[in-house]
Amino acid sequence: MDILSLFITVPILTILALVLSKGLKQARLISMVGSFIQLGMSINLVFAYFSERAINSDIMVFVKDVVWYKQFNIHYSIGVDGISVALLLLTSIVVLAGVLISWKIKDLPKEFFVSLIVLSIGVYGFFISLDLFTMFVFFEIAVIPMYLLIGIWGSGPKEYSAMKLTLMLMGASAVLLVGILGIYFNSNADGGALTFNILEIAQVNIPLDAQKLFFPLTFIGFAVIGALFPFHTWSPDGHASAPTAVSMLHAGVLMKLGGYGVFRVAMYLLPEGALDWSWFFIILSAIGVIYGAFAALKQTDLKYINAYSSVSHLGLVLFALLMLNKTAWNGAILQSLSHGFMTALFFALIGMIYERTHTRDITKLGGLLKVIPFISVIYVIAGLASLGLPGFSGFVAEMNIFVGAFQHDDIFYRIVTIISVSAIVVTAVYILRVVGIMLMGPVKNDSYLKLERVTWYEKSGILLLLIPIVGIGVAPLWLSNMILESLQPFIQGLL
Amino acid sequence: MNIDSFLLMRHEIILLVVILLLIVAEVSISPRKKNSIVHLAIFLFGIHTIAGFLTIEESSLFGGMFRTNGMIHFFKNVLNIGVLVLLLQSGDWLQEKIVQENKGTEFFILLFSSLLGMYFMISAGDFLMFYLGLELSVLPVAALAAYETAKRKSSEAGIKLILSSALASGVSLFGISMLYATTGSIYFADIIEVITASNLSILGLVLFFAGLGFKISLVPFHFWTADVYEGAPISIASYLSVISKGAAVFILMIILFTVLKPLMHIWENMLYGIAIATMFIGNLFALRQQNMKRFLAFSSIAQAGFILLGLIIGNQLGTATVVYFVLVYVFSNLAAFGVVQAISLKTGKENISDYEGLYRTNPKLSLVMMLALFSLAGIPPVAGFFGKFFLFIAAASEGYYLLVFIAVVNVTIALYYYLLVVRAMFLRKTDNAIPFFKSKIYMRLGLIITVIGILALGIYSPLYEYIYELSAIFN
Repeated sequence: MDILSLFITVPILTILALVLSKGLKQARLISMVGSFIQLGMSINLVFAYFSERAINSDIMVFVKDVVWYKQFNIHYSIGVDGISVALLLLTSIVVLAGVLISWKIKDLPKEFFVSLIVLSIGVYGFFISLDLFTMFVFFEIAVIPMYLLIGIWGSGPKEYSAMKLTLMLMGASAVLLVGILGIYFNSNADGGALTFNILEIAQVNIPLDAQKLFFPLTFIGFAVIGALFPFHTWSPDGHASAPTAVSMLHAGVLMKLGGYGVFRVAMYLLPEGALDWSWFFIILSAIGVIYGAFAALKQTDLKYINAYSSVSHLGLVLFALLMLNKTAWNGAILQSLSHGFMTALFFALIGMIYERTHTRDITKLGGLLKVIPFISVIYVIAGLASLGLPGFSGFVAEMNIFVGAFQHDDIFYRIVTIISVSAIVVTAVYILRVVGIMLMGPVKNDSYLKLERVTWYEKSGILLLLIPIVGIGVAPLWLSNMILESLQPFIQGLL
Repeated sequence: MNIDSFLLMRHEIILLVVILLLIVAEVSISPRKKNSIVHLAIFLFGIHTIAGFLTIEESSLFGGMFRTNGMIHFFKNVLNIGVLVLLLQSGDWLQEKIVQENKGTEFFILLFSSLLGMYFMISAGDFLMFYLGLELSVLPVAALAAYETAKRKSSEAGIKLILSSALASGVSLFGISMLYATTGSIYFADIIEVITASNLSILGLVLFFAGLGFKISLVPFHFWTADVYEGAPISIASYLSVISKGAAVFILMIILFTVLKPLMHIWENMLYGIAIATMFIGNLFALRQQNMKRFLAFSSIAQAGFILLGLIIGNQLGTATVVYFVLVYVFSNLAAFGVVQAISLKTGKENISDYEGLYRTNPKLSLVMMLALFSLAGIPPVAGFFGKFFLFIAAASEGYYLLVFIAVVNVTIALYYYLLVVRAMFLRKTDNAIPFFKSKIYMRLGLIITVIGILALGIYSPLYEYIYELSAIFN
């Protein structure tokens, strides 16, 4: 078994073990062990990647290719570059943290963990796929468990949110399917065979009019899951209704599929289309950045605040990708990672606060710093990372993005960049507003004085997410180098 | 008739022998062991199914009236497997209800006669054989639809089916007569040589198509579907939606791709419009259904619309994707109908709202239903996804991107109503959920086979490749 296929087989084995298990205790133990092994595998992959990269200068390493459907030239084809390695590491950390945070899940625990791990299979598979068909299969596998996860274990208007989320994401994947078929049937433009393989298609000059037609379909298909304005509406409702671990996985990992897919498929394979359409999507993503920030300013539900904050931060990822230069791309990938850890941490903390106080309404909370200091301090740290304070991952990412964006010197780019930069100020306002109202001030409710202490599994889940945030902030260079190396083929293809 | 022709007609002759054996058995089985006729019939049909898998050569009989080749042979086997699963799923119902009323043998004889008609229909080498097969396949089913004589809805279903199918056959026959008038022959091989697009031949094509469109329940020939499915016994609804539809799609494909190929510029436009109408009407009507049988009826109308995406391109790829999709659809739909039947037999409940909280009481049945619905909706990694994806590839290969786009919009609409059932089973909690029950061995076996089919057909790619090679004759 090669090093990458393990990312599919280990979760499948975990699921089989879960199916045979009985009760909460066995289920959570199995899931923890399973996701711990996955974390180990991805850390191992990082080291293996570095040593492989030293001797191998291919675009993708650890490539494996098995023919699946011969007539359509569909392959099970996998491989990774620096970007996917980093995202795999993110995924495995968030999955483990999610399992730890769900330690006390009461209703149908076995089914909960099975759905969670099915979701993670989809995400892992998506990041390692080099074949558009397999990639699409994994994309849908990642989306569909969300329906059950939100619908069964969620809160509030969960049926509505689950249905809205599933239909919007599956609708997007339907649009994406047309885009992928368009790419497929133009992949023989240079006289070769039709293929789904990303690396092979990248060598082909797809006709210009096909690129212009299929770029927006592919882009929107992926960008909906990356919360592109105006297709972001599934995200706040979905997050607010989802149980804690699902919000973490969803915002932390699932939404990254959007940016990755846009970059790897839409822009890489259809570069002319990207150049042609970039202005349009830049405007949309800039609106998303600003709109998300202002919407977060007005919300009082903690989960909605973070959901809109995600819309804003991920808008920035798409914005940076469309800036079409190396620095901004580097920033976009770093922002994906940083946002993944940060937002997962936020949702974990919100879940813990909600479990103790039974409310997510910040106007009803107050003085939490006095009663649950551990959670509150971490919340402040996460908040500071989110608003881009130097020393945390958010700063490194946003710095790169805006430096990159400012390298364009025509008036259109200048204006959208300045508008997007201003979102940082708004971000600071809404983060500090929550900190001020919820954590500072007098304790509003006497029952809050006797809140449950933080347990070991919660602590370890939180530390797991906090370490990379600080790690990337303090020592970004190794990660940044890994990403920059992998940007080379994109630079050749697009610039 | 020599031994070679016997081997060529193996399916038909063995099935005829099975029917005759059942008549003998009916006379000789003692009244105290009435149920053994069910075991015997399933056993004999199982042997028939296995015998069908022996390979066959391409040839024709009776001066070209009856012909067979690898593809036709394969499709007969698909029908056999479908009917076998269907028999397993209805085994309990037959033992508990039908045999007690002393009409068990007739059930099998009628069902097998209808299947025999389908064999002749898809093996037809001329329009006469086609028409005889068509009639033989429809008439017994009408009797079967009215089989639960105590229920008024069942009688209604029988009458509706017989009247509308008689009309459809008549229209089809009228179309065939026009094709005869323009070409001077009813043999497929002769017609291909001489047919050209004239007003009369186009009218013949349209009328002929209407007759088969009725069996496939394409819009606008779909009005009988929901009422008949709702009234008929579940196994017959299942038979109509899976076996009957599959056979009709297959013969339509053969005739369009070979006999009427010179008129392709006409029928591809026709199929384009009908595909869009069928997908939209099937899906939009399914949204509001409360009864599971009506729900599956409209869902099967919508599925027929998707099948047209493969038919429209008229070549080897189209054939392969259509046959593959039908195969997948057989398993998915049988699984869904099987669960409906299991629940209906134990509790008599057939509404979506009755399924609320089913997962907490009957987890296995709910999982089978969920897999079946996901397969019908086209969600990976189950087989339905591959079936749909390949149909889309087929349509896109000839540049029908707009049609594919409309189809994927419909996939999303369909996902909504399939999820409604999933919602009832998994998301809802209720105190008066259907209590836990255990199905008998036949039903369980029937469901297990469908689940294996749903899970394996997509991932196991050599099957599609086999079908693709068989389809080479339609290039």
